[in-house]
Amino acid sequence: MYFAHVLRRFAMMLLVAFLAISINFVIPRLMPGDPVEQQLNQLAATSGGQIGDVKAMADVYRARFGLDQPLWRQYLNYWGDIARFDLGYSLANYPERVGETIRAALPWTLSLLGIATLISFAIGTLLGGAMVWPSSPRILRWIGMPIVMLSAVPYFLLGIVLLFAFAILVRLFPAGGAYPFSMVPRLDWQTASAILHHATLPSLSIVLASIGTWAIAMRGMLVSVLGEDYVTLAEAKGLSPRRIFIWYGMRNALLPQLTHLALTLSHVVSGAILVEVIFAYPGIGYRLYQAIHAKDYFVIQGIVLLLSVSIAVTMFVMDLVYPLIDPRITQRRR
Amino acid sequence: MKRNALLIAGISLLALIVLAGLLGPHLVAPELADIGAVRPRRLPSAANWLGTDTQGRDILATLILATPQTLKIGLFAGLIGLAIGVLLGLLAGYFGGAVDGLIRVATDVMMAIPGIAVLVLVATNVRTMTVALMAVIVAGLSWMYPARAIRAQTMSMRERAYVDIAQLNGIGGVRLVVVELLPNLLPYIAASFVTAVSHAMLATVGLEALGLGPQNELTLGMMIYWAQSYGAIIRGMWWWWAPPVAMIATIFLALLMISIGMDRLVNVRLRVDS
Repeated sequence: MYFAHVLRRFAMMLLVAFLAISINFVIPRLMPGDPVEQQLNQLAATSGGQIGDVKAMADVYRARFGLDQPLWRQYLNYWGDIARFDLGYSLANYPERVGETIRAALPWTLSLLGIATLISFAIGTLLGGAMVWPSSPRILRWIGMPIVMLSAVPYFLLGIVLLFAFAILVRLFPAGGAYPFSMVPRLDWQTASAILHHATLPSLSIVLASIGTWAIAMRGMLVSVLGEDYVTLAEAKGLSPRRIFIWYGMRNALLPQLTHLALTLSHVVSGAILVEVIFAYPGIGYRLYQAIHAKDYFVIQGIVLLLSVSIAVTMFVMDLVYPLIDPRITQRRR
Repeated sequence: MKRNALLIAGISLLALIVLAGLLGPHLVAPELADIGAVRPRRLPSAANWLGTDTQGRDILATLILATPQTLKIGLFAGLIGLAIGVLLGLLAGYFGGAVDGLIRVATDVMMAIPGIAVLVLVATNVRTMTVALMAVIVAGLSWMYPARAIRAQTMSMRERAYVDIAQLNGIGGVRLVVVELLPNLLPYIAASFVTAVSHAMLATVGLEALGLGPQNELTLGMMIYWAQSYGAIIRGMWWWWAPPVAMIATIFLALLMISIGMDRLVNVRLRVDS
């Protein structure tokens, strides 16, 4: 059973990755206009029109980039490049390769997103539980409502407000970047604290804006779990309410919550892109923003590719883990 | 009673915003939103209620012109996405089997590919972005949510007794779907519509804030983009970014209220326990 499940999810991951990579190839070619001639015309316009025979130059460039070959051939070449992790050069910072750009940015995004997601998942799930627990303090209802309302707002809007409040009005936190300009990052306590200090506001905006989603989901799940027969049985057995709530309620409601985590992953990543932009945080999202500005097409394509493929892989890994936590998943067909 | 209050509050809030967008251009001169129309970088005053930006636009006039555009993109994208989603959901739920399998895989795949990535790719490759084009692009990435919801509902409805009776009476195929299933699905379609619009709005605003929105038209996301790229936040020009931020937040809040209200109206199970 587990094997069949793994196989199905693996096929799914391959399909997602294949489509994402193909979309990356197709979309730029679907658009009207010839990028080579366009670039050359632009060059001609900015250099006073004296660059020679544009048509002949275009042909040379097409041959060099393999754009004169039939489409299927280009597609195969493209797959060959992908297989070698060759994403081309950055147009804006020329000798730099797209792979390097991404490698420099990735750790920032991974740590920011990972930590923020973990924190908001933990707090949100507990909060959702506390909202249902009958004898939890009244104040939770008052906290619950604004938190749920915040979850409706895009992360970056919250980021703007936090940035203004805690970096401009009250100068508690730095206004941008991952560490001070003057600092050379080293493996010491000073660097670590500077990095944490800089990451506080960006992660806070992701956490605050996503706690509500977890809380609502947990609350809904818990309500339906507590209506199950086995909870009634546990009550009849005379188990303490606390024990029933935690071990029969919370524990079983937690599983769908994990599925929810996988499903919203792409949503969280999309949201985090703009948070990085607001705080000039040197991760993938900010690089994407810079690349869009500089019309650095290869970097844009590389980041888009990275986002789609990494999310497909993460979802697959999560799919591998679930059945170990919840055996029902492999048995039940959706 | 409380559920209706939430729904009504959400709808009224949204209606108020739409009304402001419709009446606004008659109350505030739209020309004030042109570049260089007013003195730049002014704090809010009696002449410019919400102040002016670095390029010499009146923020209030810009806000009033931008809001309907953003709503329009969200609404059209939501409608197109809903239409595709309902069609696919009905097909999958009603026919089942291979059709269902195909549509389900397509939905799952599209949900796994981060929408913003595809949007960025399309938007960077399009020559000029317009409001209509934006709506179509965003719709291409918001149809999965209605498709999923409608599929599940259709599957459960197909098993109901009245469908059997209709089939015994010789009604089948398209007619059965349109006459028997569709009317019963209406509440779910309405709820999906709200979800689709929220998703579309989220994608739209995000794309615009990245600077990929319609270049020649004013939208809320583009206001934030300009404010951000002229450093309005760092320079403490709160009156520049706060109005679009507040407006977007209000729109999403209204959509959330409508969505929760709808959910309670549609989901009988939820109604019992809240």
